[in-house]
Amino acid sequence: MYSEPRFLLAGDKGLNMEFGNEINEKINQKIRATTAAISQKKIPGIKELIPTYRSLLIIYEPLEISLKDLISQLKEIQEGLDSLKLPEPIVSVIPVLYGGEMGPDLDFVARHNNLSPEEVIEIHTSADYLFYMLGFTPGFTYLGGMSEKIATPRLKTPRTKIPAGSVGIAGSQTGIYPIESPGGWQLIGRTPLKLYDPLRETPVLFQAGNYIRFKAVDKEEYERIGALVQENKYTPETYPLLTKEGKN
Amino acid sequence: MAEIKVNKPGFLTTIQDMGRVGYQQFGMPVAGAMDPFSLQIANALVGNDPGEGVLEITMMGPELEFSGEALIAITGADLSPVVNETPVPMWQSFMVKTGDVLTFRGLKKGCRSYLAAAGGFQVPLIMGSKSTYLKGNLGGFEGRALKAGDILKINSGDIKLKALSGAYLPEKLRPIYGNSYTVRVILGPQDDYFTQEGIKTFLNSDYKVTNEADRMGLRLEGPKIEHKEGADIISDGIALGSIQVPGHGSPIVMMADHQTTGGYTKIATVITPDIGLMAQAKPGDTIRFVPVEIEEAHEILKEYYKVLKEGVVLPSPPPKITKPAMTYNLRINGKEYHVVVEEMWDS
Repeated sequence: MYSEPRFLLAGDKGLNMEFGNEINEKINQKIRATTAAISQKKIPGIKELIPTYRSLLIIYEPLEISLKDLISQLKEIQEGLDSLKLPEPIVSVIPVLYGGEMGPDLDFVARHNNLSPEEVIEIHTSADYLFYMLGFTPGFTYLGGMSEKIATPRLKTPRTKIPAGSVGIAGSQTGIYPIESPGGWQLIGRTPLKLYDPLRETPVLFQAGNYIRFKAVDKEEYERIGALVQENKYTPETYPLLTKEGKN
Repeated sequence: MAEIKVNKPGFLTTIQDMGRVGYQQFGMPVAGAMDPFSLQIANALVGNDPGEGVLEITMMGPELEFSGEALIAITGADLSPVVNETPVPMWQSFMVKTGDVLTFRGLKKGCRSYLAAAGGFQVPLIMGSKSTYLKGNLGGFEGRALKAGDILKINSGDIKLKALSGAYLPEKLRPIYGNSYTVRVILGPQDDYFTQEGIKTFLNSDYKVTNEADRMGLRLEGPKIEHKEGADIISDGIALGSIQVPGHGSPIVMMADHQTTGGYTKIATVITPDIGLMAQAKPGDTIRFVPVEIEEAHEILKEYYKVLKEGVVLPSPPPKITKPAMTYNLRINGKEYHVVVEEMWDS
């Protein structure tokens, strides 16, 4: 992480606030805190905030706030960041039906790592994944924190159609396809949750900066949850993340 | 309420407004008009809010049949519009009536036309916008481009339509479209990833628009732009008009439907007032990028907003009707006065 954020110009209405040049949880926390502080302060002229792995892209209206004023307000926010009270991150539980037609590549992932399919599921469901950012397509989740024990390269030939809700592995990343799309990730399962629904009040189910945990369910449970999701009656289980500080 | 029946859809005709603002944090592209200047002027010409939804017509125009009276205006690329085979003006509003058929005889210059109708089109707002986002199958008319047989309803506003007919954007304020464009950019955010030679190449070469040019972005070809080391970065946010340069060294200009984040270096960003020009560049046209400093860019932006706000000339109000004047010859203190008295009232 840089000692002070860099301010980079992204055109006449964009300012990119860069916090570091690596992917790590500390940088992401700082970005999350900065984003929350800017939203709380309601700085006039700020139109959009786009947090990513290591930076925050701010879209502003230069006729409502000058670049100079904007930067000085952002610097001020940085100084008061430590005293800012942020909501504790939460963990949302994502039910997944692993293997079979829902996860056609589970066996390949297992063989590739000299594990049994059950061991792959065990490893995949025993970590809290930091939801770093959304991007690429609407609702696509970039998750961090997967065990290298189940890392598997992408498919040599991408599939042309992957169903929404598919859970996959690409290298040492894991993620969920929010909409039907082409893609080259190894598919190990599928969730009945609708991560992305443009007609819902909050189009994306989870928020960057929080965590998710996968939970293996059987076919019956998958179908039961799926039916509730269809009727808009399913709320995913959540619990507070026990931070390292919290455990002490 | 007036309606438009789509007899032929054209190459790609979609409803667009100023896009979905505030949802990029969820990975949702903004979408909206490729040429926001032409969109806002089209709306001003028919008395709409500047960001109302209009038809974006790409290269080959549709055939549209009207039922009911409507005030419309066409801006942007000149696709030779005709109503019932009679040419109609660009950048000027006019009335159409039941049975009128609007067609386009062919592309003269530019790439995208905008057709606004007073009152706007009746389509649902999704995340606050009427824009069609084709990849997400959402917004606009059923989330897709228009096709033959579609019926577009025009909202009946309370605007006195006919009074606005004839509003125009003066010639000197209209953008000039051709086969080559000069587009102003602000260097960054990753200009420090390129060699000095690379920046020089970028700013001193003509780049040609390839066939891979759509609402997401325009791929350009020309002299390769040299990176210092790699072309990949940890993904960060992408602003409208960002110019990505992947490892192959050819620039890609990110347009209305651009993805919200990306992992390639961005050498520069097109300034807002020139986004419309990029949108009018078609495959084969050439682009020359020139740098401006941020302070200058903000001055240019002020001028741009001024044209959007005040550029359109409304038709002069109908002349006042007067009663016949009475004339008197008065003599006061030896001087003679000729006095005309007339009574005035509003029509």
